Amino acid sequence: MAQKDNNFLIIESGKAEKHYFKDLWRYRELFYFLSWRDILVRYKQTVIGIAWSVLRPVITMVIFTIVFGRIAKLPSVDAPYPILVFTALLPWLFFSSALSDSSNSLIGNANMISKIYFPRMILPASAVIVALIDFFISFILLGIIMLWYRFVPSWKIVFMPLFLLLALIVSLGAGFLLSALNVKYRDFKYIVPFIIQFGLYASPVGFSSDVIPNKWRFLYSINPMVGVIDGFRWSIIGKGVEFYIPGFLISIFLAILLFLIGIIYFRKTEKTFADRI
Amino acid sequence: MKTAIEIENLGKKYIISHQGQAQQYVALRDVISDSVKKLVKPKKSMKPQREDFWALRNLSLQIDVGEKLGVIGRNGAGKTTLLKILSRITSPSEGKIKLNGRVSSLLEVGTGFHPELTGRENIYLNGAILGLSRKEIRKKFAEIIEFAEIEKFLDTPVKRYSSGMYVRLAFAVAAHLEPEILLIDEVLAVGDIQFQKKCLDKMGDISREGRTVLFVSHNLTAIEHFCSRCILLQSGNLILDGNVESVIEGYIKDVREGTKDLILADRIDRTGSGKIRAVDFKILDSNHNEVITMKSGEDYYFEIDYLNNSEDNFKNIVVSLDIFDDKNSGLLLFRTNFTNNNLEIKKRTGKIFCKVNNLPLAPGNYHFSIFISSADIEILDYITDICHCVVEGGDFFGTGSSGLPTHCKILHKAEWFIE
Repeated sequence: MAQKDNNFLIIESGKAEKHYFKDLWRYRELFYFLSWRDILVRYKQTVIGIAWSVLRPVITMVIFTIVFGRIAKLPSVDAPYPILVFTALLPWLFFSSALSDSSNSLIGNANMISKIYFPRMILPASAVIVALIDFFISFILLGIIMLWYRFVPSWKIVFMPLFLLLALIVSLGAGFLLSALNVKYRDFKYIVPFIIQFGLYASPVGFSSDVIPNKWRFLYSINPMVGVIDGFRWSIIGKGVEFYIPGFLISIFLAILLFLIGIIYFRKTEKTFADRI
Repeated sequence: MKTAIEIENLGKKYIISHQGQAQQYVALRDVISDSVKKLVKPKKSMKPQREDFWALRNLSLQIDVGEKLGVIGRNGAGKTTLLKILSRITSPSEGKIKLNGRVSSLLEVGTGFHPELTGRENIYLNGAILGLSRKEIRKKFAEIIEFAEIEKFLDTPVKRYSSGMYVRLAFAVAAHLEPEILLIDEVLAVGDIQFQKKCLDKMGDISREGRTVLFVSHNLTAIEHFCSRCILLQSGNLILDGNVESVIEGYIKDVREGTKDLILADRIDRTGSGKIRAVDFKILDSNHNEVITMKSGEDYYFEIDYLNNSEDNFKNIVVSLDIFDDKNSGLLLFRTNFTNNNLEIKKRTGKIFCKVNNLPLAPGNYHFSIFISSADIEILDYITDICHCVVEGGDFFGTGSSGLPTHCKILHKAEWFIE
């Protein structure tokens, strides 16, 4: 056993463990295995399996293009409307499935929590990782759609990972917070789908943020997903997409704030999970 | 000797609220509506009745490296709570623990198994959950499947496994952990007899390697076989600590007191002439060891110690032993004249044995009554409500599975066929 020297441990009532983040590192393989389990199970259980992560964004894209582009006739940027929608759907679907899966992750693995010790943060975090993998599948889809429309993405696409990172921070923060709240208040599971449904229309998924009057734009950016989605459009479509800096800064600020609140609340309540679940 | 575990003043408090029906979870809407009510009527306290419950209190204990400590006690004595605190699943309300070594706990086998995944996949997953790295699992993989005897089904989803196979695989993964401190809770209560023996042997190996083991079990034979020291917990307190035999003795006494069985000889709520009295009642397993819990399908001796208060010899003694369930319905009756076994009592004291093979009781709580008469002429002794005991699952049907129903009371083999 390699870590023989690090194995001295003191458990004391009312004190946070000093080893927590070291433990998180020691259990890093569990991240991998839990994500792997969830993906494997999904593709084994559902008949359409992988098709599901393709169908969902495509159908949403078609509907949004029809509703917002054709019926409401909202203006597009210098790109076909389906591409405008899909560049926003990518981060949005990632966020929404990360949020719904991670908020249920503790309750769904109640048995593990009450029988085995491991840093509980692994559960919501690995749910986010599963959503991330779906994101990459959808990203390939975006490439296919761009080929179809013979659309060349902007060189700024190299900045896209930064916006993905921001989406990751938002999802993890919200996931930690909601999963912990879900253990304490069981009716949070009814609130999460509402947040997701509401958020879909509150975020610029089906339309461009330019539709929002300028005086409201700063307020609108309080939703951190606005910054993420605008960033995705800016980096992928490029031409004709203006980047609203103050809004983006507030998105970053709130995302980090949410992340910290999520971690702090999670750590605070974590010790009681096994007693409550 | 180096100390592996040092526990100081450990306590764990749970808060039980007596708010009407037992409400397990808090709902946000209740919290909101309660605080609104408080705003409206600030005087009237809406506080639900709350009560502190100490699952464990003032526990101090030192365990040396390499010691095998058995932990026994009745249900609710705090055994599992102790293991949960030591394995960091839940945190203590007071006190301090120093652990010196990597800890693994086995509170349940197969935690995290997913029915859709294959045996192979579950070995990796379960190993990771229990804290093994991929490298370690790969190294032990062959050993694990050999121990579990599932080579052929390695790539079958575990949902198609028999319960025996499932348990074997789960235990095999857990048994190949190599922690310095191992915490085990009642996991041996599963699987068939052969496999249980294999598990015990494996645990023996583990203990010979100098690991520290904490072993919680109701299976006193296993504790005796395996542990070098034993502690007895009673409603959260440590009441005995010492060598295995004396602590087990204390436990049996504790259980007998707990079931409020007065010593039979002292009871006065009985009828009959009293020429012969039943003064003690014991349940013995097939090796004549006294037991306090029984298993379906095993063989038992019921021992009635008698005292002959008269000078007479009795020739045609009828003894009945009735078994009732916890709702006081009579379920089974053993009577000497059913089998033309009426007894002859000549001595002043002695023991009457009733041997029952293949105990047909399903898991549950039972108690007995004793009826002794002299050839249907004279009632000598009749006493009810004695020896409250528990029947646990066993391999009644000889299929290797201990999964038995609890909604029925009597088990019997049947043949099934289609014509």
